Amino acid sequence: MLEIKNLTKVYEGGTQALTDVSFSVKPGEFLAVIGLSGSGKSTLLRCINRLIEPTEGQIIWNGQDVTAASQDEMLKIRRKIGMIFQHFNLVTRSKVITNVLAGRLGYVNPALSLMNRFPKKDHEMAFKQLDRVSIADQAYKRADELSGGQQQRVGIARAMVQEPDIILADEPVASLDPVLAHSIMQYLETINQEDGVMVLCSLHFLDLVHRYADRAIALNGGKLMFDGPPQDIDDAKFKEIYGKEAERVG
Amino acid sequence: MNKKKPSLLRSLGIALGAALVIIVFAYGVKVTDVNFETTRSEDRLTQLKRVIRALVKPDIIEYDYDVTVVEIPFYLPCPEGEEISTPEVDKSQPYMLANAYCASPQEIVQITGKNFPPDTKGPVDFYTTSGVKKPLGDFYSDSNGDFQLDVELPTRQPIAEAQRIISTIRIRVGNPMFTETAKATWDKIIETVFMALLATAIGTALAIPVSFIAARNLMAENKSPLTSIAFSIIGWPIGIYLGLKTAGFARQLLTPYLDSPGKAAIGLAIGIALVILILQRVLKASDKKPGFDMMDIIKIVAYVVAGLAGIAVMLFIETLSRTIGLALVDPLGPFGFIGNFLYQMGEASTLIIPAFVALGLGAVVGGALGNIGQTISDKSPASVVRIINIIGTTVAGASLFALIGAGINWLYQIDNLSKTLYWPAGIGAVIGLVLALLVKPKQPLPTGLIIYFITRTILNGTRSVESLVMAIVFVIWVGIGPFAGSLALALHTLAALAKLYSEQVESIMPGPLEAVTATGANRLQTIIYAVVPQIVSPYISFTMYRWDINVRMSTIIGFVGGGGIGFLLQQNINLLDYRAASVQMVAIAVVVALMDYVSSVVRERMT
Repeated sequence: MLEIKNLTKVYEGGTQALTDVSFSVKPGEFLAVIGLSGSGKSTLLRCINRLIEPTEGQIIWNGQDVTAASQDEMLKIRRKIGMIFQHFNLVTRSKVITNVLAGRLGYVNPALSLMNRFPKKDHEMAFKQLDRVSIADQAYKRADELSGGQQQRVGIARAMVQEPDIILADEPVASLDPVLAHSIMQYLETINQEDGVMVLCSLHFLDLVHRYADRAIALNGGKLMFDGPPQDIDDAKFKEIYGKEAERVG
Repeated sequence: MNKKKPSLLRSLGIALGAALVIIVFAYGVKVTDVNFETTRSEDRLTQLKRVIRALVKPDIIEYDYDVTVVEIPFYLPCPEGEEISTPEVDKSQPYMLANAYCASPQEIVQITGKNFPPDTKGPVDFYTTSGVKKPLGDFYSDSNGDFQLDVELPTRQPIAEAQRIISTIRIRVGNPMFTETAKATWDKIIETVFMALLATAIGTALAIPVSFIAARNLMAENKSPLTSIAFSIIGWPIGIYLGLKTAGFARQLLTPYLDSPGKAAIGLAIGIALVILILQRVLKASDKKPGFDMMDIIKIVAYVVAGLAGIAVMLFIETLSRTIGLALVDPLGPFGFIGNFLYQMGEASTLIIPAFVALGLGAVVGGALGNIGQTISDKSPASVVRIINIIGTTVAGASLFALIGAGINWLYQIDNLSKTLYWPAGIGAVIGLVLALLVKPKQPLPTGLIIYFITRTILNGTRSVESLVMAIVFVIWVGIGPFAGSLALALHTLAALAKLYSEQVESIMPGPLEAVTATGANRLQTIIYAVVPQIVSPYISFTMYRWDINVRMSTIIGFVGGGGIGFLLQQNINLLDYRAASVQMVAIAVVVALMDYVSSVVRERMT
């Protein structure tokens, strides 16, 4: 159970990114986060693993207060939270397998990992996850030799070798074409359904939300505007979330 | 943009600006002593011609010469009441005749040469009885080996004996050879290139870790509360002191085992085995529950033992490399320098090990106390934290300022305890106290940025001192020679590269950094996995570029005694031996051009 309580984030310089956002996510749920660009979706996701330090509020994960965790405790919490990014965020000059193994850094012996030594078990796990997203044959290529869709699959494999309980996906398909977008979303769906991993995924396209999400929350200007099943987003709700001028596409 | 009509004010402004520019340049001309009159001076032009002609004839190749001397006796002036007879000549050899064998000073005499080697050139000189030479001119023999030359006689004091006019014939024999100058230049240019190589290697090795500390994007996120900062400020000097003591103590303790390579080798093996064994055991148990328990104490003891074993290992390696190196110098013959290298590495370790242990222990104690501070700040109520802060920062401020006071005392030799200890410590304590009262107890402070600014300031300061100036200090420390030059260049390289590198780190893509952080990797792992792959190739290209600069710098560092080719160059310029100086200039030009080419090729390959 992930509970977000009264989460507020004010950036240095006074930008109010999140205002008093509260919601909770059940284990195994696929939650879509929707809203305009700049509505605070990314900030919200990054507050959950404290890549961004929340200003106020609490994040409770299985009874543990994430916001109060010390730096060492935070490392332990983070390794159970996989993250997938809009721009993949792979280390492009490193090999695919190295990128995936980076997901094991929180678990392995720190001294050995600095010399790029990982246990055999971790290698096997990395190949298993690469195989799952059907790019095991690309393992020894440099990450920048792969296409966008392939790179995002490496990103998923990296998140999965963390053996995560939560996956935070920050607009994972926004820089991919519609066909690839569906294939990536299907991988996320598989992970959600087969492994029972909770997925928090920010999305732009409502049809993707309808197709994949169990539940959706909507942000506008950092405020929570909607929390419920995707099919409840009717035209009135839509205009509330996206503004009066907005029109539905897709 | 709307176009404005040129107003009067605007034109006046332009005129004023133009006038200002002229004034600035006019002043520049004055202070730089521009004087075109001197450029036309007859004397200076002759000298210039001489120097330029010498410079275009570098003294690289020479021949052995067969020297033949042809002479005729000559009286200057004519002795009174004495007939001068025409000297006998051997017509099978080259010989000279004159239209007169005595004359008054500054008279013109015609000299004829016969049987000379055809088409040669050589000097004709007037020799006094005491052997002083006055050049009269040069002869050029024609295709028959004859010449005719009118010479003006020098002014001489009258003397009773016959003096001589001598033509010297020099004929090249054998193959061209390199001159001594060329050989010396070759030696020195090799020295120069390797000086630059060593300096670049040392500077790079040190600049890489520093560059991470001097990179804003890596440091900005490091924040810690006042408690942690105060504790680690107290911890660092204690750790450094303990480190120095430990290193000294370990050396003393191990002295009996350091005298023979056999004992040292056994010690080394045991030490390495111990370190590996302990680290394997301890690091395996990485997952643990929060809180302090028996396991922690065992771990700490294990780390201490491993650390001590590590120090022993370093000392054994030092001994081994010193003794083995020394033993290898003779048997290796021409490769004896490898033995010397090992020996010098051992010697360097004697300097480096205590510093290394001191810094290491400083980091351990400072870090551990900092962690304790962090935990206290995280877990204790604000009021308790405030009280601990007040005590901690007061002590930290006092000790920090006392250390600064000691540093100042070392520099200025004030030797007055109240000025160098009590006052600074007092002021530091007050500053610490005020800080603890002002700052909110658990407020995270930007320690990373503070360290970043301090590092940057030190780097900028170091970088602004030219390596030529640094060399002067190092020459005093390690003596005249290339070693001093290498050290000076290395220090400058460290400062310059650390800045270039850190800017490279600042310009990396933040995405991968974020992604690796999100996996739960610690700071060091994040740097190795997300930062290093992005900076390897620019680092290599900067390093090549720096080597290029160092080669150029090392050519002149010899001016101040720093070794390398500059020493020769300066010596020859001072001796007015421009042909020799020219050889060194050519060598420098060739090496710099080559380096430039090589480094540009390598850099192109890299990126």
